[in-house]
Amino acid sequence: MPAVFDAQRAKDIIDAHLALEGPLLPILHAFVEEFGFVDDAAVPQIADALNITRAEVHGVLTFYHDFRREPAGRHILKICRAEACQARGCESVADHCLADLGVDWHGTTADGAITVEPVYCLGLCANGPSALFDDEPIAELTADKLVGVIEEADAA
Amino acid sequence: MTRIFVPRDVVALALGANKVAAAILENAKARGADVTIVRNGSRGMFFLEPLIEVETPAGRIAYGPVSAQDVSSLFDAGFLNGGAHALRIGRPEEHPYLKRQTRLTFARCGITDPLSLDDYAAHEGWLGLKRAIEIGSAAIVEEITKSGLRGRGGAAFPTGIKWKTVADTKADRKYVVCNADEGDSGTFADRMVLEDDPFMLIEGMTISAIAVGASKGYVYCRSEYPHAVKAFNAALDLARAAGYLGKDILGSGHAFDIELRVGAGAYVCGEETALLESLEGGRGMVRAKPPLPAIHGLFQRPTVINNVLSFAAAPFILAHGAKAYADFGMGRSRGTMPLQLAGNIRYGGLFETAFGLTLGEIVEDIGGGTASGRPVRAVQCGGPLGAYFPPALFETPFDYEAFAAKDGLIGHGGIVVFDDTVDMMAMARFAMEFCAIESCGKCTPCRIGSTRGQEVIDKIFDGVDVDANISLLEDLCQTMKFGSLCALGGFAPYPVMSALRHYPEDFRPRTAAVAAE
Repeated sequence: MPAVFDAQRAKDIIDAHLALEGPLLPILHAFVEEFGFVDDAAVPQIADALNITRAEVHGVLTFYHDFRREPAGRHILKICRAEACQARGCESVADHCLADLGVDWHGTTADGAITVEPVYCLGLCANGPSALFDDEPIAELTADKLVGVIEEADAA
Repeated sequence: MTRIFVPRDVVALALGANKVAAAILENAKARGADVTIVRNGSRGMFFLEPLIEVETPAGRIAYGPVSAQDVSSLFDAGFLNGGAHALRIGRPEEHPYLKRQTRLTFARCGITDPLSLDDYAAHEGWLGLKRAIEIGSAAIVEEITKSGLRGRGGAAFPTGIKWKTVADTKADRKYVVCNADEGDSGTFADRMVLEDDPFMLIEGMTISAIAVGASKGYVYCRSEYPHAVKAFNAALDLARAAGYLGKDILGSGHAFDIELRVGAGAYVCGEETALLESLEGGRGMVRAKPPLPAIHGLFQRPTVINNVLSFAAAPFILAHGAKAYADFGMGRSRGTMPLQLAGNIRYGGLFETAFGLTLGEIVEDIGGGTASGRPVRAVQCGGPLGAYFPPALFETPFDYEAFAAKDGLIGHGGIVVFDDTVDMMAMARFAMEFCAIESCGKCTPCRIGSTRGQEVIDKIFDGVDVDANISLLEDLCQTMKFGSLCALGGFAPYPVMSALRHYPEDFRPRTAAVAAE
């Protein structure tokens, strides 16, 4: 469960990774895992610990799609938009799902439950359209199927 | 006790395999049947997933595609003894889709429990590594070179030459890096190795480490594959505990360990130098070559960087000898290629075969044409940067050189089928859009060219100077192809140019038509 940013917890995460070669990406992943996003306050802290500039940390943080800089919804839905899923009609399915949720790409539903992100290939290319709801893979995605997955997640 | 195999591959999971496994246990309990569930890998017949198998005295009998609702009727039909049922497939190895394949790399896939060291050892596991330890560095490189293995990531560079360069370069430490950043749409073979036969990759990388004298290995896996990440990490722990990784591998005196690193959603990190930058903790910016990674690679040390499938081919080559591998294939394309049949295709999945089948045989014969039942209109080979082939080119044999001769590439072996509803101008625009989203920004043709490409296609769409803008698009493609630093900008023109060449009728103004509707 995403926690509120906490400088001490952040320090512990950084320290746990210092023995790695090239620790920056693992640290940023760990921040997203722990807090749900990488708070701006973490940037100087990481830079200081790794003895690199804040600009370098910022550069890496902003280069990769995965490193979120603001909180997301409680669940993240990634819908594949790559060619193999396009060949199986993902665009119209995605439009339908987005309309049902009342959001656009990268948007979060009004109740803060779900953030929807595009993804380019989940390796489910013979069974598309495909999606990932948190870590739950979905093949042959339809708007109805998505409703079922969301209901199941809410019930759990 | 009856063993029932329910795949743990993410395709099976995405189609409800966990619910099927739970339903089997529930039914067995209610009926007092003594069953154990083995979570095996996938056979790669994705049109039949979840494909469950029951161990009977007559061999394993498969049923698929099974949903949780079918389980009760399977018990009623006596499936524990291989009983008849509408979903009964029979012996999986007799299924034409598997029977026609030549499975060298994927020989174990779907048969074994991917996280069972006993299963792996019982199915020729570690034989290649043991022989590698026996024959030593120079002889390993010799075997790989003679096998004719070429990099399976897409660039098709001879693997033996790469390994020899690293072996011959002196340094205080060397690395073996596995590129598992399988970002191409329509490909999943790397993912299947990581999830369904991870020890094979560990064995292949260890063979490479012994060949070149490396002590540390990294696998860089994309974050879009969370299940593969979990499976491979579990396999690393098991292999380490059993002495297949560590300070003294199988008592040989060689020290080698592997660490899994997870990407962060950047397609360009599949390019080898961008991947190395990312591993070092930087932005995934492409490096200029030379220097080659084999000489100045990860942390400026000599580095073998190969695709998952290249490493995965090594255990077979070492265990059976270079000739056994090179005997398959045609021309300069030796051995087998795991084809990945994807998109709008009836029989999608993994199909490992020797090089040389024609594209038409692959799509129509093996793949069964489209899933929608409509005519095939286009086949994109080699991922988002690969060319679109029309049925008129279906005679092209699947071989690196033959594809290059038709201005295409086989890349990582992904084959994505589209039916006649596809809009090829939209696909061309998507190629430019994708390149713009994923460009690392280092070189101008890719960074600016991809955005200009989208704009030019939009103008054609809007009916602005159509002929002049088509010429401009062709010109832009040439600039990107020859002026980009890496394959992202350099190959993004392939889908665009092939769409223009083979489907010129799609490149026409649309706004008027839309307005008229």
